Amino acid sequence: MLAIFAVQLTLAVLVTSVFACIQYRPLLFFSSGHTNNWAVLVCTSRFWFNYRHVANTLSVYRSVKRLGIPDSHIVLMLADDMACNHRNPKPATVFSHKNMELNVYGDDVEVDYRGYEVTVENFLRVLTGRLPPSTPRSKRLLSDDRSNILIYLTGHGGNGFLKFQDSEEISNVELADAFEQMWQKRRYNELLFIIDTCQGASMYERFYSPNLMALASSQVGEDSLSHQPDLAIGVHLMDRYTFYLLEFLEDIHPSSKANMNDLFKVCPKSQCVSTPGHRTDLFLRDPGSALITDFFGSVRKVEITMETINLTEPIQQTYSYVDQLPVSEIIHQKPKQKDWHPPDGFILGLWTLILLVFFKTYGMKHLKHIF
Amino acid sequence: GCPKDDFQEELVIRPLHSGDIYASFQFRTLWETDFMRGNKVSHYRLFPKSLGQVISKFSVRELHISFTQGYWRTMQWGQPFLPSPPGAELWVWFQDSVTDVDGTWKELTNVLSGIFCASLNFIDSTNTVQPSASFKPLGIGNVTDHRFLRYATLPREIVCTENLTPWKKLLPCGSKAGLAVLLKSEKLFHSSFHSQAVHIRPVCQDWQCKTTSWELRQTLNVVFDLHTPGQGKLEWSLFKMFSRTLTEACPLASSSKIYIDITDDPQGEQFEVSPATHLLSQAMVLGDRRTFSVYDLTQQITFGTVRSLNLLIRWKSRDMLRPLLHAERYVAGYGLQTGEIHTLMYNNHPYRSFPVLLLDSVPWYLRLYIHTLTVTSKGKDNKPSYIHYQPSKDRVRPHLLEMLVQLPPNSVTEVTVQFERALLKWTEYTPDPNHGFYVGSSVISSLVPSIVAMDTNSTREQPLFSSFFPCKEESSYFMRVYTEPLLVNLPTPDFSMPYNVICLTCTVVAVGYGSLYNLLTRSFQIEEPSPGLAKRIANIIRKMRGVPPL
Repeated sequence: MLAIFAVQLTLAVLVTSVFACIQYRPLLFFSSGHTNNWAVLVCTSRFWFNYRHVANTLSVYRSVKRLGIPDSHIVLMLADDMACNHRNPKPATVFSHKNMELNVYGDDVEVDYRGYEVTVENFLRVLTGRLPPSTPRSKRLLSDDRSNILIYLTGHGGNGFLKFQDSEEISNVELADAFEQMWQKRRYNELLFIIDTCQGASMYERFYSPNLMALASSQVGEDSLSHQPDLAIGVHLMDRYTFYLLEFLEDIHPSSKANMNDLFKVCPKSQCVSTPGHRTDLFLRDPGSALITDFFGSVRKVEITMETINLTEPIQQTYSYVDQLPVSEIIHQKPKQKDWHPPDGFILGLWTLILLVFFKTYGMKHLKHIF
Repeated sequence: GCPKDDFQEELVIRPLHSGDIYASFQFRTLWETDFMRGNKVSHYRLFPKSLGQVISKFSVRELHISFTQGYWRTMQWGQPFLPSPPGAELWVWFQDSVTDVDGTWKELTNVLSGIFCASLNFIDSTNTVQPSASFKPLGIGNVTDHRFLRYATLPREIVCTENLTPWKKLLPCGSKAGLAVLLKSEKLFHSSFHSQAVHIRPVCQDWQCKTTSWELRQTLNVVFDLHTPGQGKLEWSLFKMFSRTLTEACPLASSSKIYIDITDDPQGEQFEVSPATHLLSQAMVLGDRRTFSVYDLTQQITFGTVRSLNLLIRWKSRDMLRPLLHAERYVAGYGLQTGEIHTLMYNNHPYRSFPVLLLDSVPWYLRLYIHTLTVTSKGKDNKPSYIHYQPSKDRVRPHLLEMLVQLPPNSVTEVTVQFERALLKWTEYTPDPNHGFYVGSSVISSLVPSIVAMDTNSTREQPLFSSFFPCKEESSYFMRVYTEPLLVNLPTPDFSMPYNVICLTCTVVAVGYGSLYNLLTRSFQIEEPSPGLAKRIANIIRKMRGVPPL
């Protein structure tokens, strides 16, 4: 009798646990929150000696394509043509490793914006979606509120700006505002921003929209350095940060479980000379739970099952859009206190020269009366 | 039933007398359907859907687009089967149902820029012209009102793998089977000349022309340099040219052939082709009767026992037929204010003269002085019988000059016109203005007298390379020659000057004004010099004691 009762109890426990598992599966299935992936990869430099910036962008393009994002979901902007440049000793190739080991240009590349089309205006229009009606689909970022977007910028930059084509700049304020416009128009679910320029960390200082994670190759006041030249081609092939990022990404495959904390460890100061930085305070999930393939790949979870799963209760939305960051906090954000740096030698010297000339002319005795 | 469609592919290899080798691919899809009059076409098979939708949406009658890297050297290489200018060239005939041709043209260029990954969206009214006589339709059609024609070139456009990739995707077999397997970008762009084009036009199906069908031709011309691979021997093979061999024809193709031009040596003494073939074909092309060895890829025996075809061509140096018409163009003059454009047209026929149509489209920032236009042949003035000139309008449209000039036999005709360079506005300069500004190639179209009688029967089975230009009469053939594009320096301002001026002015104002202000507004008082240290200490002690200070 007791044995039968025990068997019945265990059966009941098993059945309820199995039943609970089936009920729990939809929650597990939809845990990542995004349904499609986009990538916007921009190289902003012109001229042959900036070969490395094009190689940087193409390496990320190559990794992103390899992990599953199709060309229709990638907006690739290259400000100059290196592969078919007349100075290139190996036409139709762009190498990332010296001795021409890896051709990141490949045989199947589609560049959406090239040459003079890569301007600040076009870049911001692509991000915000405000393009003229006749723009073809391949040049648009058709993302929605369930898209994870990867944005990669490389070129020459400074404290708070990035130079486009040696003639104009985009500032960090403009970029932050563009991301806020994207947020308000529900154009992204989560956004990963990677920048490989000198003083790259200044570009993500001003972000204030939620669900943004940013990585930069160097801090404010530091220069990002290039990796190695190839003597046959005659220019530096890659920048250090992207070189080690490419090495890291080559080990990632579509079913990899590597997460963002591994990405933050890419290129420590010993390899990069500059200090890579990252910013995760605006990102609402734990970076350890965000997979690399959430941004770099287009991994679709497909589970084939013969059972029927009843979605009895609606999937609990952990995020709601309206009150992510209260508006009053944004408006009354105090400007960050800038660290005082003593004036450097050149400025001191210049001012000394001006003052000397002035007092020579007017005479030293007026010094105390005038000042 | 379903409209019939047909796909043919062909490769012509012509060794050139300089040792280089010229390979011309043509892929043709013929489709019996009707894109005109708003007919909705929904089932696509061999014809690419992206182009079909473009044709029906924008009511296009004919579309010709080419992307070229390099310049065709007529004197060394002879005449190409399909000429094209360096950069990108697009000319379109719209149907007469289009009401706003300019608006449709702008939308069409944007859509094509997305399809071919090229900056065709830079085509606007400042580089578009409407030639009145030079670009007559190559397909059937009786609409010749040049209001429906638009022609534009982008001489600066770069051609690279990103243009080849979508071009290859338009083919029915893609780049997976057939002749397109040979199209590998690393070899194709390592060449002296590379040109890929798409031509769409309506053609007659039969002799009476009762039914029409749409023809799509994708062509790729490439000239490989003798010295690039390292050795200088006059020996070429498919593997050396393309780093691939052929294993099969495209299964969707009704005909897949390779033609090798053996005209100068049919006996095989100076010229050797292996594997040997007995198929020979003769064709009248470019005013000459040429003999070709033919390899039919639809026959399994072509590939032999190894199941792969690698043609090997060996020849000794040969003479070239002198091209009857060729042209040059250059800029003369000095300084950054004025200059002179010289166009030279050479007629190498010993006794026949023939007329040529010269089309020049010059951007508005080179202001042409048409009163200085001179046309001279053999030192004497040569008055053109037809001139169509449309002056430019600043920032709106370019100059258009079309002239019909009769070239005397065995002579050089020189067309010169002076121009003045304009100063552009600050924002109109490109990011690299010191590179210079390009002027598109001149186009010279003409019916050149031919040595042999040309074939006017357009519906007979002809190889693709000889049937591109329609042939109306036997004694001449149509030819188009493009000159070099010009690279002209415009006066460029120093873009750092505003920053310099601001710095200098601010410094002068701050230092000069600041000191002047202080001198004028401060009042001066006499002050006792501060006492020395000992006295100050004494004063402190006296203050503590309550005694007046020193």
